[in-house]
Amino acid sequence: MKTEKRNKGVLIRLFKTVYSFYPVLLPVAIACISVTAVVGAVPAIFMQRVIGGISAAFDNQTPWAEAGPAILNDVYILIALYVTSIVTGTVFGQLMTIITQGTLEKLRDKMFNGMQKLPVKFFDTTGHGDIMSYYTNDIDTLRQLISQSAPQILVSGITVLSVLVIMLYYCLWLTLVVLTGTAVMLVVTKKIGGGSARYFVKQQQAIGEEEGYIEEMLTGQKVIKTFCHEREAEQGFDEVNGKLYEASRRANRYANMLAPALFNIGNVLYVILAVVGGVFLIPRLNVPNVSISGMAISISVVVPFLNMAKQFTGNINQVSQQVNSVVMGVAGTRRVFELVDRPPEVDDGYVTLVRAREEKGRIVECEERTGVWAWKHPHHADGSVTYTKLCGDVRMFDVDFEYEEGKPVLRGISLYAKPGQKVAFVGATGAGKTTITNLLNRFYDIADGKIRYDGININKIKKADLRRSLGMVLQDTNLFTGTVMENIRYGKLDASDEECIAAAKLAGADDFITRLPDGYNTFITGNGANLSQGQRQLLSIARAAVADPPVMILDEATSSIDTRTEAIVQRGMDALMKGRTVFVIAHRLSTVKNSDVIIVLDHGRIIERGTHEQLLEQKGQYYQLYTGAFELE
Amino acid sequence: MVKEIAHSLREYKRVSVATPVLVTFEVLLECLIPYVIALLVNEIQDGCGLDVILTYGAILVAMAAASLVFGVSSGITCASASSGLAKNLRKDMFYKIQSYSFQNIDKFNVSSLITRMTTDVTNVQTAYMLLIRLVVRSPLMLIFSFIMAFVMGGSLAWVFVAVVPILGIGLAVIVIKTVPLFHRAFRKYDKLNNSIQENVKAAREVKSYVREDYEQNKFGAASHDLRKDFQKAERILAFNQPIMQFCLYVVMCAVLSFGSYLVIDSMGLNLNVGELSSILTYGFMMLNSLMMLSMAFTMIAMAGESGKRIVEVLTEESTLKNPAEPVFDIADGSIDFEDVSFKYSENAERQALSGINLHIASGETIGIIGGTGSSKSTLVQLISRLYDVSEGCVKVGGVDVRQYDMDALRNGVAMVLQKNVLFSGTIAENLRWGNKDATDDEIREAAHLACADEFIERFPDKYDTYIEQGGANVSGGQKQRLCIARALLKKPKILILDDSTSAVDTHTDAKIRKAMREYIPETTKLIIAQRTASVEDADRIIVMDGGSINDIGTHEELLKRNAIYREVYTSQNKEGHDLED
Repeated sequence: MKTEKRNKGVLIRLFKTVYSFYPVLLPVAIACISVTAVVGAVPAIFMQRVIGGISAAFDNQTPWAEAGPAILNDVYILIALYVTSIVTGTVFGQLMTIITQGTLEKLRDKMFNGMQKLPVKFFDTTGHGDIMSYYTNDIDTLRQLISQSAPQILVSGITVLSVLVIMLYYCLWLTLVVLTGTAVMLVVTKKIGGGSARYFVKQQQAIGEEEGYIEEMLTGQKVIKTFCHEREAEQGFDEVNGKLYEASRRANRYANMLAPALFNIGNVLYVILAVVGGVFLIPRLNVPNVSISGMAISISVVVPFLNMAKQFTGNINQVSQQVNSVVMGVAGTRRVFELVDRPPEVDDGYVTLVRAREEKGRIVECEERTGVWAWKHPHHADGSVTYTKLCGDVRMFDVDFEYEEGKPVLRGISLYAKPGQKVAFVGATGAGKTTITNLLNRFYDIADGKIRYDGININKIKKADLRRSLGMVLQDTNLFTGTVMENIRYGKLDASDEECIAAAKLAGADDFITRLPDGYNTFITGNGANLSQGQRQLLSIARAAVADPPVMILDEATSSIDTRTEAIVQRGMDALMKGRTVFVIAHRLSTVKNSDVIIVLDHGRIIERGTHEQLLEQKGQYYQLYTGAFELE
Repeated sequence: MVKEIAHSLREYKRVSVATPVLVTFEVLLECLIPYVIALLVNEIQDGCGLDVILTYGAILVAMAAASLVFGVSSGITCASASSGLAKNLRKDMFYKIQSYSFQNIDKFNVSSLITRMTTDVTNVQTAYMLLIRLVVRSPLMLIFSFIMAFVMGGSLAWVFVAVVPILGIGLAVIVIKTVPLFHRAFRKYDKLNNSIQENVKAAREVKSYVREDYEQNKFGAASHDLRKDFQKAERILAFNQPIMQFCLYVVMCAVLSFGSYLVIDSMGLNLNVGELSSILTYGFMMLNSLMMLSMAFTMIAMAGESGKRIVEVLTEESTLKNPAEPVFDIADGSIDFEDVSFKYSENAERQALSGINLHIASGETIGIIGGTGSSKSTLVQLISRLYDVSEGCVKVGGVDVRQYDMDALRNGVAMVLQKNVLFSGTIAENLRWGNKDATDDEIREAAHLACADEFIERFPDKYDTYIEQGGANVSGGQKQRLCIARALLKKPKILILDDSTSAVDTHTDAKIRKAMREYIPETTKLIIAQRTASVEDADRIIVMDGGSINDIGTHEELLKRNAIYREVYTSQNKEGHDLED
């Protein structure tokens, strides 16, 4: 009961949404389809009148010249009705494709734009396959629902109602017979359709399972080959594949059975009607008719009634065929709304980053590029504005953080990074190194403590401006489909080709890029599948270099680059970041050795800090790591 | 394309043939029922008694029952046939992929293969279902109805002949026009989805570069472009309905006016009322079936694209073939490279390897050092014939690797790949990949050699500990040690470690090397490493640079004479301030 109510809510909301997109087109389309449906049902009356006219003429032996005009008159009305139906039908068809495709585009955009504003947490905690499913499967079921099922149900519903009225116009008794038959059809639909829906759900599960198996095996395909493990992989596959076959066969079997079952119930109903009609026609029984028209039961009531019964059951059949797609459409629609409804990342920051220039020791905001940036800090109390020069001074005081309640990841972290310093984090996987950087750019918000950036509480800084001031290079490099040049330019959209090439040189990427078939115009697809992990990292560093940020976070940014190339990259980066703050996370200790301060983390706490030399002298954890007595896990 | 896909029918051929046969009977009955009804209507009109109606009723119910039986059984066979085809297609693809060489694997990416095995197969399954049911049903319906219309109405049925071509041409034009449009639109759809996927994966990049607006604009434009194509195609498709209605109504009006004239004029001799109404019924059936046919064609044509993508996988031939008379025994662990050069693809400009001459004696330990892109991995992958050389030859045990049975060669040459993978299952199951008949003792020994036993013993379930997909629940160093143990279980003649101890601490790394030296001295060992410490004690060290051998020698020799080796060594071993000198 509850789910039914919720389902209704979803459908009403979908209707309202479509209406808000097309406040004019949608009512016009609905009007058109209604006219089409009604006009489609009415001809039955005129057809009956024509046939009645023929029968009468036939019985009375009236010649065509006399009977003809009256009959043709009805035919002309029919033609008029048909023309109306075709015109409204065509208009509806055209409008509906516009409405359907337009709605899909707008919903897609709504989902995507909404998704861009979601916090990082959403991307971290939602499976990527699951996210893709919003844009593919769910949108697909929605398309089916809007463009096919809904109009079909509307048309059939109107037709069924009109036919019902016409049937009552002729005879109540026969109508009751038809309604009884309809009840039987609905029960059958529920039984067979329910079975089919159940197995379709099973089929979806089986597909998910099989996809998982294929993914695991194909990801490890090279290992399978080197171990000659092909036969075993095939056996495992046969098992999951067999399950999917079973579910799919049953689901389709039920679905295929529904149409013939309903069709033949319709036929039997037809026979019953004929028999009942025949009984009524027996003169000596003299059954009194109950009808709107007040006609007595006669041959000219029974015959058209049979045709209408056919139309009636045919439409019920049509609606029944939509059961699966409506059920799936409602589920898809609900998911789409669920994504659209997700609350966006909150941003209460009001301190903004502006270009500035120094005049007589004072910071003045300006339009042109000066290389100097300042924090613009409006004060609500007196309406004044102060400017603070962006230096890259970062301090943390007693910071606590947890991703999940009750599982603290960082505890009492206090640290400072003075402008121009290089600060390194070292520690085992899960020690909290990456988490610290996640807090700096506010991908996540701290639970307790304070973070100050150039003396400003980072919660007061507008997120976009905060992030613009922090460059990030991550271990897992993500590139976009496009040329190498475009990928570097992602760091600064208005960068010239020269700027991009300069950045690539700085990052040590120029060397391999120029050796690619089309150099900087080489097209990258599939996240740079044709590049090595090291080359991708070099590109990612070039991308950060062209952005030229005051503070940089390098999270295992050089882990796949060999030590010789790394030394080259390091020299370039050191030149770029001279006088700016750098945070480095690295597994390889040779990467962090020359840092101003190295912070050793263990289970979310700082256990050691100091320069490389100081830490070696302490002979603590760092010393053990450095001498290789410990594994960084 | 059809031939390749039909090949996967196999055991479902019978149900595939049965379906159209059953459908034929179903359609036959469906067409006869209105005929009997027409007779009944005439009888009623003539004022027949209830007994006649009951007789006709009994016949009709029997026919409906038969039609139900045929309809349901064709539904069942059709479900079996189409699900079966889908099953076999997936199976054939998976088996085919198992026969692929590394080169073939490089060509397809995993996500594209998954889409081909799921979405594309589902599309073909749906199309096949339509094909054996609807495509048989509709033309049969058309023909039967036509025949019946003639039987019933005689010359009046010619009206249908007049409109059918109009309808046929109209529908054909729609199909021809929309198919290429849909083809293009679906390609754009793929691209759009790809860009969503990139956006989701790169969520951190998008946010840290504050590119939300840029991404929105990019997406909005692509989304709008896609909508335009789909809308255009569907607007054309939407004319299906009006065309069919037009034809139907023309027929209705013509039949009604001309038919009533005939009935009255001939006093029911040429045509009676019952016949007139059944002609109308058949007319409706004919046009309806044409309409279904055109819809089915559009869907089948769209599935053609999926079919092509499936066939691409099925017809991809492995670039490596087993020789006609393979050698099964590997004499020893010696390796020879003679004038070897290698390119990843024929049109690649760059030689991944060139002019390699190398002789390794059985039982030697060889270290390999070189920068990113110096083709270290490529070199060793030629030994177990994961790729074939472009020129020259590689010999193992004195025999060209191309003459060995591939399984025999790969069982003799164990390889721990750089991108290593564990599979979901227990530790013991994972280790048994190396040798599925290994005893528990053998497993423990291999784990001990790879220094994996120390942490395995600490797990509560020890060797029965369940490893998540990709080895997500063990650390990088633990994963590498398990992978080494797995390779050791093969008891290979040659063992290749491709950067396999990078996450293992130096102490354990040394312990593993010591164990290998002592327990499997006769096995030839090739160790690729980033750290010079990992290769220092090797018999010889190969320095790779830009796809060729730069130098070969012992640690001391190289330190003295080789600039590259010295630089690598220095960067890893000297203090930071020394570097700045």
